[in-house]
Amino acid sequence: MGLTLTWLSVIVLIPLAGLFIKSMELSLDQFWGIITSRRTLNALRVSFGLAFAAASVNLVMGTIIVWALVRYRFPGRRLFDAIVDVPFALPTAVAGVALTSLFAEKGWLGAPLAALGVKVAFTPVGIFIAMIFIGIPFVVRTVQPVLIDLDPELEEAAASLGAGRWHIVIKVILPSLAPALLTGLALAFARAVGEFGSVIFIAGNLPNISEIAPLLIVIRLSEYRYADATAIAVVMLVASFVIIFTVNRLQRWAQSRMPSN
Amino acid sequence: MTVPRAHASSPAEIARPTHDPRTEPKAVRIVLITLAIGFLSIFVVLPLVIVFAQAFAKGIGAYLVALADAEALAAIRLTLFVAATSVGLNLLFGLVAAWAIAKFDFGGKTLLITLIDLPFSVSPVISGLVFVLLFGAQGFFGPWLQAHHLQVLFAFPGIALATTFVTFPFVARALIPLMQEQGTQEEEAAISLGASGLQTFFRVTLPNIKWGVLYGVLLCNARAMGEFGAVSVVSGHVRGETNTMPLLVEILYNEYQFVAAFAIASLLAMLALITLIAKTVLDRHLDEGAPRGH
Repeated sequence: MGLTLTWLSVIVLIPLAGLFIKSMELSLDQFWGIITSRRTLNALRVSFGLAFAAASVNLVMGTIIVWALVRYRFPGRRLFDAIVDVPFALPTAVAGVALTSLFAEKGWLGAPLAALGVKVAFTPVGIFIAMIFIGIPFVVRTVQPVLIDLDPELEEAAASLGAGRWHIVIKVILPSLAPALLTGLALAFARAVGEFGSVIFIAGNLPNISEIAPLLIVIRLSEYRYADATAIAVVMLVASFVIIFTVNRLQRWAQSRMPSN
Repeated sequence: MTVPRAHASSPAEIARPTHDPRTEPKAVRIVLITLAIGFLSIFVVLPLVIVFAQAFAKGIGAYLVALADAEALAAIRLTLFVAATSVGLNLLFGLVAAWAIAKFDFGGKTLLITLIDLPFSVSPVISGLVFVLLFGAQGFFGPWLQAHHLQVLFAFPGIALATTFVTFPFVARALIPLMQEQGTQEEEAAISLGASGLQTFFRVTLPNIKWGVLYGVLLCNARAMGEFGAVSVVSGHVRGETNTMPLLVEILYNEYQFVAAFAIASLLAMLALITLIAKTVLDRHLDEGAPRGH
């Protein structure tokens, strides 16, 4: 027990505390000045805005994928089930270079898209695509066990009472999945906000346009502007604490709705 | 106990009447399956395929030459050492932490689990940054380290530390639910029969959790070898010295040495695929092991 706490402190808590202590060397005005500077605000807006958009896509597509994987039987189902974890297992730098060459103007997908007038690589759209990629497993893996355990009698009862299929899905199934869906959304969002490796290759990294907040931290560090880097990091860290807190609440909510577990 | 396997041809599936209230019209099913397969193919399968396509774009000769390059070999060696260090440390910690959380009762357990999970939700760049703030020239321990001629940042210790931070939760996460489920009955029986604490651990606990341990180590190792953001901040990018494989991918890619970049990337992609296959196999073992707790 003591060993656990010591080790946890050495590796995780002390370093994180160091970040907050460092940020306290700044006066409130300085701190405020850094995080409200145009470039920082734009980087935060790009990271948080696109992460939310990507997580929303993952919510919709993740629901469809998990539904198909759990409820239907089709050739290759087990293969696709395993493939869902690839974004989790593939090193982010590899994902980054792969997505970039896929969506570059002469890439397999980039070329046809360019013919349609859509430019993906080196634009904010590229960031959006990379964030969708890394968020795929979260919604699927949080909803999957809940959907598998869903009591079939609920649906049968609703159907025997004359409810249409669409009605059952909306009124019976989706509400039972809601906590898991929201947890998945929050996890995908948290991951996308902080994501670095898979995004920077495809992003283009133009300040104020396609520059994500983690990259701005790296740039400030390389300029030895530690205070700037720390201030941005604190904002992002507080955001991830809020997300963890939300996820914990969601999970408690889910548990309270399933007294059988 | 048999694990329910999903076979398209299982009799129950075929016998299911067409008017089953728990399914949708055929057209809806086909659309949803197509959407799922299409999305996964574009976003997951294609990126994987292009890694190998680019790596072998100039033939297998060029591929092998790229991998035999001195810088590539140095990066592979560093990556292996870093991963071994981080996995070793986190294995030890994971065992102790899961043991403490699962076998003893104390207040603040939920908080402790949340804290262990923390590195998962911190941006990798911030994970690197915290170590720069601690050990950098202007950091808290910087002056002391310099006075003693110790280098943490831009050297092996810094890379290993950042990697350990990032992979911190994996083993503990894999073991906590498993050990909680198994409870303390078997350990109590062993102790009451006169086994010592260590004997109980090695003879009773460890065999019960071996698949969980393997599972945690597997995921921890995959992340340790592939970590990019945190390592990129603390590594200093000294060529041939502090570049791990993911960092070398970045450097080669930015120098337009695409075959070389994707050759290294293909090794990492293979690592990911092997990890996933092993994970699928272990998932099955864990499923079979789970219901044993009477």
